[in-house]
Amino acid sequence: MPPHMNVVVCAKQIPDPAAPGELDPNTKTLKREGKLILDDSDAYGVEMGLQLADKAGGGEVTLISMAPNSEVSGLRTALAMGAAKAILVSDEALQGTDSLGTAKVLAAAIKRAEPDLVLTATESTDGYTGVLPAQVAEILGWPSITFAKHIEVADGTAKVQRQTEEGYDEVEASLPAIVSVTAGVVEPRYPSFKGIMAAKNKPVDEVKITDLGLSADDVGWKGARQEIVDVSPAEERQAGEIVEDEGDAHERIVQFLEKLKVI
Amino acid sequence: MAVSTTWVFAESSEGKVATITLELLTKARALGGTVEAFYGGGDADAIAEQLGKFGATKMYAADAGDVLQGAPVAAAMAAQIESGNKPDLILFGQTYDGRDVAGRLSAKLDKPALTNGVDVSADGDKVTVQNAIFGGNTLVQTAFAGDGPFLALFRPKSFAAEEGGGGAAEVVKVGVPDTGTAGQSKVLDRHVEEHTGPKLDEAEVVVSGGRGLGAAEKYEMIEQLAKLLKGAPGASRAIVDAGWVPYAYQVGQTGKVVKPNVYIAAGISGATQHLVGMKGAKNIIAINKDKDAPIFSIADLGIVGDVHKVIPKLLEALQAKG
Repeated sequence: MPPHMNVVVCAKQIPDPAAPGELDPNTKTLKREGKLILDDSDAYGVEMGLQLADKAGGGEVTLISMAPNSEVSGLRTALAMGAAKAILVSDEALQGTDSLGTAKVLAAAIKRAEPDLVLTATESTDGYTGVLPAQVAEILGWPSITFAKHIEVADGTAKVQRQTEEGYDEVEASLPAIVSVTAGVVEPRYPSFKGIMAAKNKPVDEVKITDLGLSADDVGWKGARQEIVDVSPAEERQAGEIVEDEGDAHERIVQFLEKLKVI
Repeated sequence: MAVSTTWVFAESSEGKVATITLELLTKARALGGTVEAFYGGGDADAIAEQLGKFGATKMYAADAGDVLQGAPVAAAMAAQIESGNKPDLILFGQTYDGRDVAGRLSAKLDKPALTNGVDVSADGDKVTVQNAIFGGNTLVQTAFAGDGPFLALFRPKSFAAEEGGGGAAEVVKVGVPDTGTAGQSKVLDRHVEEHTGPKLDEAEVVVSGGRGLGAAEKYEMIEQLAKLLKGAPGASRAIVDAGWVPYAYQVGQTGKVVKPNVYIAAGISGATQHLVGMKGAKNIIAINKDKDAPIFSIADLGIVGDVHKVIPKLLEALQAKG
């Protein structure tokens, strides 16, 4: 086991998923206005990273995030949990960037951080493409293990239980590697008051894409090479009968199931 | 010229082709042109026979061995493409391995991958993928720009699988280029979890529980109800994130898509994240305390009430009926 274990956690800052989503009528991309928060899906990676660094007996968690307008409020949450620092790639040219463009940016930032291990969520809550971890791994030429439900690191190797349709696989890869973490597998800690105060002074290194050796053609609309040609409402499902339970609502369910011949 | 060749990334489990693969082959046939499959697992001949029935004329077999399929299969696909054997379009399932292979190939070829598709169409050279967003209330059409091959991933159950009446696909063995350390995610062991009752995404009845259950141990009611109705238990993301039930139970955007005859949502408010995974059910019953919960807007029968009161009585009534 390396005496120090440096972990990068890719963290996305997203609009509150409880608020209804909206598309910008001009760009047809998700509106990302107002306060952004740390994607819940990423809290598991942060927690896992902190635990692994702790078990290794040293090392730290570095956050890497990409946002068009210097947004840090979500990163502060993860810093308050215990991450040591963050690299924020913020650039106007990033507007409209797709998953592959994002992977190029994150891979370049990861190279800077030189971690032993990179953790991501399996997919973000707002964009949910689910292909980013594999794209980043391919760009870096690293092994990847997606859908981890358990991770152990020893002797430069990550041993992972990977979710499958039938159960799980035991998979092992040498470090450095990228592992995507399934939600719910660890319990993310709540930031303490001390943690929240300390987070305010933790370093956030803001960089532009040119600092990472990328050009505007690699990212944004141009890099995405796709065009939204139409947005339309889907056929709506109609609401049926609503019944207030007065102690006998279960009978209505029984009748409903009988009518469908399910029972 | 329309699409002349489509590849489908084929997946299997225990010698049987995955349903998603059959769905994609059926759709590929409808696009016209030649349909071929690309496969990275074992039992190549048996798989080729099943793939042929659903329209694949050829099956490229790249034996990935005992490593995760992402890196080796993507490398084998890229090698074929670079040698001039180039499809216009490659279809993947939005599955564990589908995501890995498509993601790796996308980076390798430097081509975008359109994800979470629910439909695809080709008009001349223009290939358009349809997505359903915001819990399925908005449809977005995205067209590929630039040159192919175009990579697209589709959510399970987007298409109905139908046989095309073809014979076994011709097996074409292809090599796996050296992928260095990237291809060294070694599978040491496979664990198959004990499972009783139908699979979540194949069950005729699905009973899902959400945060309204209040506590992890209350999930037992959901399992009992599912069992009595010969269905499968499911869950909202909230209780999976809370660690009450494993991820494999999750219905929704980040989980399984289910289209059962009857879906019962118990203590689930109906966040768009959840709706996207179940609104294709033929009949929806919702039980929730909050009469304004969004789940009621799509339920055929909505019960405004406490799951802790309604479900025990329902269990009792069903048991009494035998």
